[in-house]
Amino acid sequence: MLNSKIPAGPLDQKWTDFKGHCKLVNPANKRKLEVIIVGTGLAGASAASSLGELGYKVKAFCFQDSPRRAHSIAAQGGINAAKNYQNDGDSVFRLFYDTIKGGDYRAREANVHRLAEVSANIIDQCVAQGVPFAREYGGLLSNRSFGGTQVQRTFYAAGQTGQQLLIGAYQSLERQVALGNVEMYNRHEMLDVVVIDGKARGIIVRNLVTGKLERHFGHAVLLCTGGYGNVFYLSTNAMGSNVTAAWKAHKKGAYFGNPCFTQIHPTCIPVSGDHQSKLTLMSESLRNDGRIWVPKAQGDNRKSTEIPENERDYYLERRYPAFGNLVPRDVASRAAKERCDAGYGVGSSKQAVYLDFADAIQRYGKGEVNKRNIQGATPEMITQLGKDVVKEKYGNLFDMYEKITGENPYEVPMRIYPAVHYTMGGLWVDYELMTTVPGLYALGEANFSDHGANRLGASALMQGLADGYFVVPYTIGNYLADEIRVSAIPTDHPAFVEAEREVADRINHLMNVKGKQTVESFHKRLGKIMWDKCGMARNAEGLQQAIEEIRQLKKEFWSDVRIPGEVNEMNPELDKANRVADFIELGELMCIDALNRNESCGGHFREESQTEEGEALRDDINFSYVSAWEFAGEHNWNLHKEELEFEVAKPTQRSYK
Amino acid sequence: MQWSEFFTSSVGKKFVMGLTGLFLIAFLVVHVGINATIFADLFDPTENGAMFNKAAHFMGATVLIRIMEIGLFAGIILHLVQGYMLEAKNRSSRSVGYAVEMGNKGSKWYSRSMGLLGTIILLFLVIHLAHFWVKARITHTLAPVTYNGVEMHDMFTEMKMVFSQSWVVIVYVAGCISLAYHLAHGFQSAFRTVGVHNKKYNRILTNLGLCFAVIVSVLFALMPIAMFLKWVE
Amino acid sequence: MEHYNMNLTLKVWKQKNSQDKGRFETYQVKNISSEMSFLEMFDVLNEELIREGKEPIAFDHDCREGICGMCSMYIDGRPHGPWHANTTCQLHMRAYKDGDTIVVEPWRANAFPVIKDLMVDRNALDRIVQAGGYISVNTGNAVDANAIPVEKDKADASFAAAACIGCGACVAACKNSSAMLFLSAKVSHLALLPQGGPERKSRVLNMVAQMDREGFGACTNTGACEAVCPKEISISNIARLNAEYIGAGLVSEK
Repeated sequence: MLNSKIPAGPLDQKWTDFKGHCKLVNPANKRKLEVIIVGTGLAGASAASSLGELGYKVKAFCFQDSPRRAHSIAAQGGINAAKNYQNDGDSVFRLFYDTIKGGDYRAREANVHRLAEVSANIIDQCVAQGVPFAREYGGLLSNRSFGGTQVQRTFYAAGQTGQQLLIGAYQSLERQVALGNVEMYNRHEMLDVVVIDGKARGIIVRNLVTGKLERHFGHAVLLCTGGYGNVFYLSTNAMGSNVTAAWKAHKKGAYFGNPCFTQIHPTCIPVSGDHQSKLTLMSESLRNDGRIWVPKAQGDNRKSTEIPENERDYYLERRYPAFGNLVPRDVASRAAKERCDAGYGVGSSKQAVYLDFADAIQRYGKGEVNKRNIQGATPEMITQLGKDVVKEKYGNLFDMYEKITGENPYEVPMRIYPAVHYTMGGLWVDYELMTTVPGLYALGEANFSDHGANRLGASALMQGLADGYFVVPYTIGNYLADEIRVSAIPTDHPAFVEAEREVADRINHLMNVKGKQTVESFHKRLGKIMWDKCGMARNAEGLQQAIEEIRQLKKEFWSDVRIPGEVNEMNPELDKANRVADFIELGELMCIDALNRNESCGGHFREESQTEEGEALRDDINFSYVSAWEFAGEHNWNLHKEELEFEVAKPTQRSYK
Repeated sequence: MQWSEFFTSSVGKKFVMGLTGLFLIAFLVVHVGINATIFADLFDPTENGAMFNKAAHFMGATVLIRIMEIGLFAGIILHLVQGYMLEAKNRSSRSVGYAVEMGNKGSKWYSRSMGLLGTIILLFLVIHLAHFWVKARITHTLAPVTYNGVEMHDMFTEMKMVFSQSWVVIVYVAGCISLAYHLAHGFQSAFRTVGVHNKKYNRILTNLGLCFAVIVSVLFALMPIAMFLKWVE
Repeated sequence: MEHYNMNLTLKVWKQKNSQDKGRFETYQVKNISSEMSFLEMFDVLNEELIREGKEPIAFDHDCREGICGMCSMYIDGRPHGPWHANTTCQLHMRAYKDGDTIVVEPWRANAFPVIKDLMVDRNALDRIVQAGGYISVNTGNAVDANAIPVEKDKADASFAAAACIGCGACVAACKNSSAMLFLSAKVSHLALLPQGGPERKSRVLNMVAQMDREGFGACTNTGACEAVCPKEISISNIARLNAEYIGAGLVSEK
């Protein structure tokens, strides 16, 4: 039976109440308690530094060459916080409400409210660490607006907010390393959790440089390992982002929550060919000024600039007159897919739509002419002035687009297409961020908790840092207070030996397949199945086929994969094989979950569940729950449901018409 | 922090290079100014190096200036010893080099060749000191000349003699070219090294440095050339 | 943009591990699309090598969108290849034409030992940060974010320095293998903010000392670092670091 351990009492008092009553560990005992943290992104680095500051003995692990590389670094837009610095009516409650609604009523109220409560502290903490957020001329912090909200609550540092926040957390982490409170293990990948007497007590890692397996003990283990978008092969995730740590935890007893909830971001640079290894996001902010269109005629092969105005279909403005190009991510993505599937796509692949700034350039150009009081401005002059304004607002994004595509977006419209971006699903955790394995925690994108079925822009950074700085330092005490009598378990304990043997066996098994196909080719095939059948639109038939295909793929993988090199050396292909093997298993569960959830909500669109106009149709009567899947042997999972209760934010149907 | 720590750190060592460099630049201004007095001959053919000889005499006449001379030598020695030590340390920080060198992609050749340019200048300096300074200050083997009852060395005549040899002129011109390139980088670099970081000043200093390098080196080089070609007699 | 296919010759540094001496290997790659990224071209080559039963080439990479700083590669005598303000992962093959020969080497510096092929160990940069590249503020100690206004110009300059991705291209490009651009970016980032004030002196002194211990060379202001920096970190930061260091070193009490 799932116990989400939500404290009793009114929603806005739960967290205060929890903090007031949770158990504490005295400083002398903290020194004896060891905590393992896997992953050093926003959640991991902030947790490692905060727990180190508190006096716990922390060991932190990352597979990259430095903790500063974690993919949190790539977040562009910003971080939300209920500061109400703009005096525009923001509050903790509004941030809570927007997040619940944006998540299409599939998130847990208590967690989301806590997130909104601590959001303001995050900004304070980051500024104190030296995060150079954008400022106004008066020296105070600047805010901008983001999708799905009516207030300006997003703090940002140009288009590199994730980078700046991560560097802040990284610096704090390195400070704790220097002080000896945190031991850092770079280029180490977690390959299993060690469970002793039902509690997580350590991990098995592979030193990626030497290939040696290592055992590490911890009184508690925190997984801050990010999302699993790379199950689709192509995504905006980093090449190394993977599900392995979370998946090992899942197989050792941690339930997996809402695995099918993935966010497809509407504005990414489209695929250019089979060689494509990853996709690049263009910030959501572009939709503030860009207009999205496709030709009115199917299969129109003319250049964009040769298509006259009256032969263009601004389909978002046509379908959603109220919100136009600013509909939420899930809606914009599905609309682009619909047009391309119907044969109206553009570019050589026909899997793209135009994002056009020509109107914005003219509008801004004319504005500048008025502002500067220029008489008799020529059209060229207006265009140039408009381009200057656009450059100031989006220059770095335009440059990035040009680097990748070789096209100049000031002259021709950008080609964009949706791409996998974020996974709302993840390890199921209770209010204290603990998984169903005692002592095993999941933080940040690795858990399922706060975003429901769709995440709002600028909320991922907020959640990662909330979990690491302000939630887990309290909740972990509640668990560790009872562990003070447990002295460090030596790593020659049979459970460690057994776990390491299992990992070694699996690695040897992989190496000994000595088949013909490369790891990459399997990953691509998995990605294609997932994208076609468990991507932006899903139906029962497709999902059933996908499950069969994935099972087949798994058999083929384990009988025909080829991994070069040796076990006891640096072997990136072996590392990749380990990750892809887990992605294949996860893919199956995602399809099972998507099949089970016969409703459309947020990023999960079941074709069977839509309105007459083709909009997503939620089914609150049957599906107002979190799916928590328990691993029960190969191809076998048990579903546990955590019913969602909305005491404050009553569910309504979203409409953007 | 201890003095020793400061001066043995990479930034501290560079600070010494920058400061001594700026000091030597200041000396060059004086030196080139005095040298330029030989061109008084161009305007007054009867002058015969009188102004130059008087100026040269003044530079050895007072205790204060002799003390400054010691300071100058100390500066030169510090600059070159520290320079060689830095060069050695910097070279040793990459034991395996590149197959394809970066070359001029991103930096000027002379900015990467300060050690080499400095060495050429040093060789030149040894010859230069042997020609004039040793004779004037140590062996006192220069012919005398008397102005207004004060006897002094006839440095001007000595110069004419030395610069009548073509190999000497070539060595001096080579020394001046090295100096020009050394200064072209060294002038602005010295200011950066001692901490001038405002972009607006650095822009000025970079341009000023280039002008300084060209003007000073051309003036220095003109002396042997002018005497060799008998523009100045 | 019109795209085209090309055949290329690659000369790539192969080195089994840090003990191995290493050597160049020559590879032919065919039908490379001008739309590929440079690393995707390596993916294609590696796939082919694996299928042929040969060792693929190991190289560092992660985000492939120019921000994580993990990719390295010294391409034809320039860190991150021929494009200005760019990382290797963002270099695209339209920079090359059919028949080109490309030489790819790892970053070279004693402080960056080669781990395998094109991968190097850049932990020295982390240790420089550990020496003081932070503001000592424990979680929960912060005052309200707007309690201390920061002059916009300084905040912007601080951000420009903080944009460093720690890739080490500056070290790879520097003839002295100096890490001064990296170090000065961190020192400037924190020194320009009031929050960084209390530790300003000890930070710069300790970080420079650590850089020297790691075996990086000294800065001679050649400007090669700035020319190759993917984030266009200004060399003025090095001058600022010098000012900070000299100020701190000369006025310290002891």
